[in-house]
Amino acid sequence: MAQEPTNSVGRFLDHIGRMTIAGIEEVGNGGVMVAESLYWLIFGHRMKQPVRMNAVIQQMMDIGITAIPIIAMLGGAISVTLAIQGIYTLRIFGAESHVTAGLAFIVVREFAPMITGILVAGRSGSALAARIGTMKINQEIDALKVMGINPVRYLVAPPLIAMLIMVPCLTIMSASVGLFMAGVYINVELGISLAAYLDQIIDILKVEDVFQGLGKSCIYAVEIAVIGVVNGASVRGGAEGVGKATTQSVVQAISAIIVTAMIVVILSTL
Amino acid sequence: MGDSKQNSTNVADAGANGGSVIEVEGLVTHYGDRQILNGVTMDVRDGEIMVIMGGSGSGKSTLLRHLMALEAKTSGTMRILGQDIDQLGSLEFVELRKKLGVAFQSGALFSSLTVGENVMLPLYEHTDLDRMTMEIMARMKLEVVSLGGFENLMPAELSGGMIKRAAFARAIVMDPKILFCDEPSAGLDPAVASALDDLILAMRDAMRMSIVVVTHELESAFKIADRITILDRGDILMIGTIDEVKKSSNERIYNLLNRVPEEDTMDTDEYLARLTGEELETGSQTL
Repeated sequence: MAQEPTNSVGRFLDHIGRMTIAGIEEVGNGGVMVAESLYWLIFGHRMKQPVRMNAVIQQMMDIGITAIPIIAMLGGAISVTLAIQGIYTLRIFGAESHVTAGLAFIVVREFAPMITGILVAGRSGSALAARIGTMKINQEIDALKVMGINPVRYLVAPPLIAMLIMVPCLTIMSASVGLFMAGVYINVELGISLAAYLDQIIDILKVEDVFQGLGKSCIYAVEIAVIGVVNGASVRGGAEGVGKATTQSVVQAISAIIVTAMIVVILSTL
Repeated sequence: MGDSKQNSTNVADAGANGGSVIEVEGLVTHYGDRQILNGVTMDVRDGEIMVIMGGSGSGKSTLLRHLMALEAKTSGTMRILGQDIDQLGSLEFVELRKKLGVAFQSGALFSSLTVGENVMLPLYEHTDLDRMTMEIMARMKLEVVSLGGFENLMPAELSGGMIKRAAFARAIVMDPKILFCDEPSAGLDPAVASALDDLILAMRDAMRMSIVVVTHELESAFKIADRITILDRGDILMIGTIDEVKKSSNERIYNLLNRVPEEDTMDTDEYLARLTGEELETGSQTL
């Protein structure tokens, strides 16, 4: 084993190095889980060990259906806030009637997927980490293994598939509610009718804008599920460890969502 | 469960079938740099109850996890039901797993499922039986462990002894050839512990299971064991019948069976040096 560094700079660099290696290992674990989940989804039936659809549907209910009210409310709130700020800024140039263009782009391409992803990470990503972490310390994952039930097929694949279905659906709902609420505000503030507002949105938005927003939501769904599972599976130390893993999964998922958004927007403008 | 048979009357039967269901040779395992098992060689015979005993840190739980094929070994060979587990493909491994049952120390029941759903889970995942048949089979196994009528309760609503019984029911629902029990009596009062011992004996007798039990409860071990394996610091000290173990002249076995604590042979100066971090001879600070 390598010697521990004796000076503070050495110890700092050593710490950074170890954290980097641990992070790469976690990313690798996550990648393997995604690949294994896809494997079971495609080949599970042939091996008489399918991914259970009722488990997927149950997860879709938990992740998606029960989140509709909060995501609709926050999507609407964010869009109205953006409309208010947009009108305030453009009024300086006398161009407040063009607020619809910026609003449509930013809500559909960025904010609807991001807000949805962040909310799902906080609600469902943390629940996934807590569930798997608790199962680990209670030996329930070992119990699955000794019963010949693959833990990835049973615990990872259903929430991953459910997130890939529900996060884009929630994003569409969030964008729709958000644009509608913003349209109501614009109608009150600027006198633009909802029909005219809708015509403007349809004229401005291209299919690629919608696909970019939905594509990001799919990436966020995978990040939320994998980060939740990896943190849950690495729990040590009982209930306190579960709490730490839960918090960590939310922080990491939100960070991953925001960084991914930045990377995608940079790449899309190259 | 009815009257339990005296253990001694079944020793001859347990050995009569011959053949080993588990064969371990030269098993070595590490956790990091620490060697836990030092070349363990043992077997479990068809239809017998093998009790693995040892002090804390002796490696008995690690050995059990290897026998359950839950851990990767450093070296050695292991055959379960005649199959070398290193040579098995993933599908063959799953087929082997269906013949094993495990009752964990904490029960390891799934908290989101009812007791009945917990017991049914192996049937649900590995058979094409319809729901009604699975429910009937689950109820039958719960009756075997005296938990009939409790199938709709959640695990959080059960007592410690009931959780262990439910775990047994789940472990035997597929009628396994080998049953593993990790500290079945741990944390239970003597009456409940004795009832579980009777259950283990009944499962061997009625279902002709081979059973591996890890325990440090001497009373329980002597009640149920056909043979006992004694581990100490990763080594097997002895494998033998209850009488052979009791008559052993090995000092460590004697100390284990008679609950003699280990002598503290540490030098006082060495102990103080370890506490303060000081060098023993020079007296200079090492911090």
